[in-house]
Parts: sequence; structure tokens; C-alpha cells
Amino acid sequence: MDKIFRVNMTDLTTKIEEVPAAWAGLGGRGLTSTIVAAEVPPTCHALSPENKLVFAPGLLTGTAAANSGRLSAGAKSPLTGGIKESNAGGTAAQMLAKLGIKAIIIEGAPKTGAWYNLAVSANGVTINEEKELLGLGNFAVIDAVEARLGKKTGVLTIGPAGELKMTAANISVKDPDSKIRSHGRGGLGAVMGSKQIKFISIDGEGAKPVTIADPEKFKTAARAFSKALLDHPVSGEGLPTYGTNVLVNILNEAGGLPTKNFTVGQFEGHDKISGETMHDTIVARGGKPKHGCHAGCIIQCSQVYHDKEGKYVTSGFEYETIWGLGADCCIDNLDDIARADNLMDDIGIDSIETAVMFGVAMEAGILKWGDSKEMLRLLTDEIAKGTALGRVLGGGAASVGRTYGVTRVPVVKNQGIPAYDPRSVKGIGITYATSTMGADHTSGYTIATNILNVGGYVDPLKKDGQVELSRNLQIATAAVDSTGMCIFVAFPALDIPECLPALIDMINARFGIALTGDDVNNLGKYILKTEREFNQKAGLTNVHDRLPDFFKTEPVAPHNAVWDFTDEEIDEFWNF
Amino acid sequence: MQITLKLFATFRNGRFKVAEQELAEGTDVRQVVLSLGLTEEEIGIVMLNGRHGELDSKLSHGDTLSLFPLVGGG
Repeated sequence: MDKIFRVNMTDLTTKIEEVPAAWAGLGGRGLTSTIVAAEVPPTCHALSPENKLVFAPGLLTGTAAANSGRLSAGAKSPLTGGIKESNAGGTAAQMLAKLGIKAIIIEGAPKTGAWYNLAVSANGVTINEEKELLGLGNFAVIDAVEARLGKKTGVLTIGPAGELKMTAANISVKDPDSKIRSHGRGGLGAVMGSKQIKFISIDGEGAKPVTIADPEKFKTAARAFSKALLDHPVSGEGLPTYGTNVLVNILNEAGGLPTKNFTVGQFEGHDKISGETMHDTIVARGGKPKHGCHAGCIIQCSQVYHDKEGKYVTSGFEYETIWGLGADCCIDNLDDIARADNLMDDIGIDSIETAVMFGVAMEAGILKWGDSKEMLRLLTDEIAKGTALGRVLGGGAASVGRTYGVTRVPVVKNQGIPAYDPRSVKGIGITYATSTMGADHTSGYTIATNILNVGGYVDPLKKDGQVELSRNLQIATAAVDSTGMCIFVAFPALDIPECLPALIDMINARFGIALTGDDVNNLGKYILKTEREFNQKAGLTNVHDRLPDFFKTEPVAPHNAVWDFTDEEIDEFWNF
Repeated sequence: MQITLKLFATFRNGRFKVAEQELAEGTDVRQVVLSLGLTEEEIGIVMLNGRHGELDSKLSHGDTLSLFPLVGGG
């Protein structure tokens, strides 16, 4: 039977617990949010001992189901002040699932200034004092842990940003190439830093295949599911060829590519940073256009980007990062953006929050528009070193806006708005406004239907149907985030009728249960309501479900669109 | 009449990124698609002057037509 591993950093003790009956049917986001809501006082300071950091693999993680290797991390967010779940690929989720670990709950905080590492194995968790790796970047930590404990060791680590408790700090997860995937958003790296844990190692010794109640039924469903992923043009061809960055040109054409800190919807230099250009550059330099973030991924949307000399620069080079440092900062040098992506991984800072932040920093005059060299310098000399300026920048977009008196600050609940202008793609504006996570495109990705013609079409420039679209997607996403599945399974799930039933059949076959589509929908609703209740108790109410005023007052070219939803229309979202 | 035709992703292979095209009055998007050797099924997104268009949409002088296969990200 699966267990809960509990770590108390105040008295430096660990326990192995049975899984309470109420948690047995939950995994991933459903489990982390349930545990945070049950055990964390909503009004606590997110960096205090009262907060808890929870890791949980999904319901299907560790099985042979394609694309099921995501790990959820949850806590109260020091950035938003609300609940947070952030999921990532890498090797850790599958290792934890195969060790029979349903969740790791880390609570309390050391009473002294000492730092620690946690060693997770089949036998439990040991807490060890850590001195040697303090202050190091994430790549060096992963190399050192592998040298110390073996090449196959799983690693969750924080860089200097997490140690310094910056609110944009993330948690890095070692991927199959010993590079990095990230629990990016919401400052979870600062929570890990507040518990004075530099890294968590995972020893896979004794890992067993997860038990499947009905192996034949599972195999049939898994085959149908994989087929749907490979048959759909987005997951089967578009994502593996161009990665997520194919969106630069599409959003630019649609006038929804936020440019120069959200003042225009199209970027002159779009072609230089586009997915098409990136693909050709990667191929010409001997990098890898296709790459998976975890074993068993058949979509392969990641890539390995090389420099002109053919040397590794970065991987997992995403549209949102390239948009943010590119169009939003008016930088058209993809090599410099790739270098910045690598630095952000090493420092351990969210590449979306930091990209949005640089747009605000340019508006504040901290650096000039388009100055990629100064951006790289600020990352290495200020943020990584934790200078006073570096700490302001490492606090994210809202931190810089507040400190420098900027009024055009694209955030919701303090979290930076990514990559899609809510004035010209209105469905995503509803998601940004209402998400329990703060501005988060992944929590209800209306771009699929507003722009990409996936799951039907809802006109991005009109208000009609947007609230319902965002609601349906947010409910479905909360459920999918509980399975350990990559969110890109949503593309085939929206279009291919066999896909979602196959996903539900896999869950049923794994646990010997009989969930229906309605049950899965209800799981999504339960998760959103649980998260919202936590947020309300923490002081985040419907008045926080709003976009910044400038979206209402500043029309964005080329469509001269404004954000024109009334408060009452936005609040309809929660009517379910 | 003259339009600007932009192609994206795999549609560029063996073709072009952007070209000015001289078309007969009354030409619709479908005719342009077929003239490129593409099929209707291959078309994911049609954008006409930055707004979603249809295969049946009639083109006018000065239009910008952008064609994408079905692609996505996030």
C-alpha cells in the first residue's frame, strides 16, 4: 500500500503514515491542494514554519500510461498569498510512485541557521545537514548529488534564488538527461528555502512497478490513449516539430502577442524568435528538435538548443519564456534568450515571472528596451548574487512595479501574466482573473479554442462564451493535473472522442474502480472549490479576481481591443 | 487584385514564408489553398487580416492571408 512520508524540519524527525481514506482516490494537484487546505492555516506567512511543502505524483504516474510522469508540488504561495500547485516533468515523480510514496509532506522549519538535505528512499526519509552545496546553482547541485549518490539518483533542488527566499524562486527537478525541469510558478522555491532544505535526493533502490488491478483492461486503454496522442496533429506532429514556440507567429498574426510590456499586440522581430526559426537553428547546429521531459513522453515538445559552436545552451525552451524575454522586452536575439533561460534554470527562478518582470523593469528604466546583454548581467551579477537590486528583481513583476512606481504591471494576485494578451484573447483573460493560482495560462488554456481551433472555436475578440469556456477548461484541467498527465493531452482529448474515455479507463483499471466522466468532472470542481475556499480564508476574494486597470483603459493594437468584462460577468465563473 | 500571403510551420517547406500574390477578383481562401498544393484537411487556422477566416472567405485587394496547419503549444 502507498504511504505518506512526513518530514518535520522543526524537530528534525520523519514519519511514515498510512494514507487516510479521504486521500486514497487523490493524486497530483487534487492531493497537494487537499493536504494544503487541510493542514496549512490560510492566513499564515508563506515562509513561516506553519506552511507545508507537499510533493505528490499523479494517479497514473509510474504506470506505462504515456505522458503520465508529472510531479505536483503544493504549498501556500509567497507570491500570490493563496494556494499553489505547480507541476513538472523530470524523473522524480515516477521514482516516488514506484517507491509507493503517495505524497511527501514537509512541515516546520529549523530553529537554527543550519541547512539540510533530505534523502528519500523506500525505507523513509533521512535529514542530513548540508554545507558543501550551499550557494551553488542547480546544475552544479545535480552533478554533485550524482557524484555523491549515483547517476540514477532523483534530485529536487533550489538554486540561490530559493536559498534567498525570493518570491519568484522555483524548485528544479532533474530530467532524464540530468538537466532541469521546473516547478516554476508561485515561489515554491522560497518555501523550500524557508525550510532550509537545499535539495532532496531520491534513491530508486527497491522501486517496484505500480500495481494494476486489471492489467488487460489497462493495456487496452493505454493503447487507445497513445494512439489518440499520436493521431492528433497538435500532439502528434506540431509539438514534436516546433515545440510550444510555434505560438510566436500565431499569436503575432492574431494580434495577441504582448509586446513592450503589454503596450502592443505584435512584435516586429517575431520571425527571429519564432518556432520555425528555432527549429531550423537547432537542426543546423546539431541540437535536438524533439525531446521528452520524462520517460514515457510520446509528445516530445521539448528540445535541446545549441550555440553556434554546437555546445549545449538550454533545453525545455518554452514559448512563454521566449515570448517574455523576446517580444515583451523587445529582444530579437534568440541566442541571448536561450542563455538567459539556462541562467534562470541555474539560479532557480521562474522563467515566466522573470520574463514578465524584465518587461516591467525596462518600463521602469532599470535597463533599456531590447538590451539583452544587460538582462544577462542583471541575472548573473544581481539576482544570482542576491544584491539589493537583485532581490527586488527576484521578487517578480509586482515587486519591481511597486518598488519603482510603475502602474502598467501585468499581474493577477501578484503573479505575472504570460504570453497571451487578455484584451485580444478574451477567454484567457477570464482564466487569468479567476484562476486560484493567480495569472496562469495552463489552468484553463482557452487559447486552444480561441486561437487554435481545437475543441471548436470561440471568437477571441468577443465576450460571448468565454466564461463558460474558461470554466469548463479549468474544471477539466484540475482533474487532469491530478492524474500525473502532461496538460498537452488536452489537445487530443478536446477533439478525439476515444481519448478521454481511455484516460478514465486507465484510472479505473489501475485502481479497480468505476469512475465515470461525471465523477472526473466532479473531481475537477471539488479541487477548484477546495482551492478557492483556502484563498478566501487567506483573504483573496472575488475582488482579487480582476485584471489590472490598464487593460480596461489602454486599447491594444492592432485590434484596439480593451478588457470589457464587468465584475459581475467575471464572478459568474464561480457559478457551478 | 493583390494580397499578401503568409505561410507558417510545415506549409513553408518547399514554398515560401511570405509572398505578394496577384489574384482574380472574387477569389476565395479555398482557391488559394488548393493553388498551393495543400488540401482543405491540412488547414488548421486561416487568418485574414489578423482575424479568423474561413475557406469560403472572399479575398479583397490589400488583404493579408495567413495559413497555418493545426499546431499548438502552451
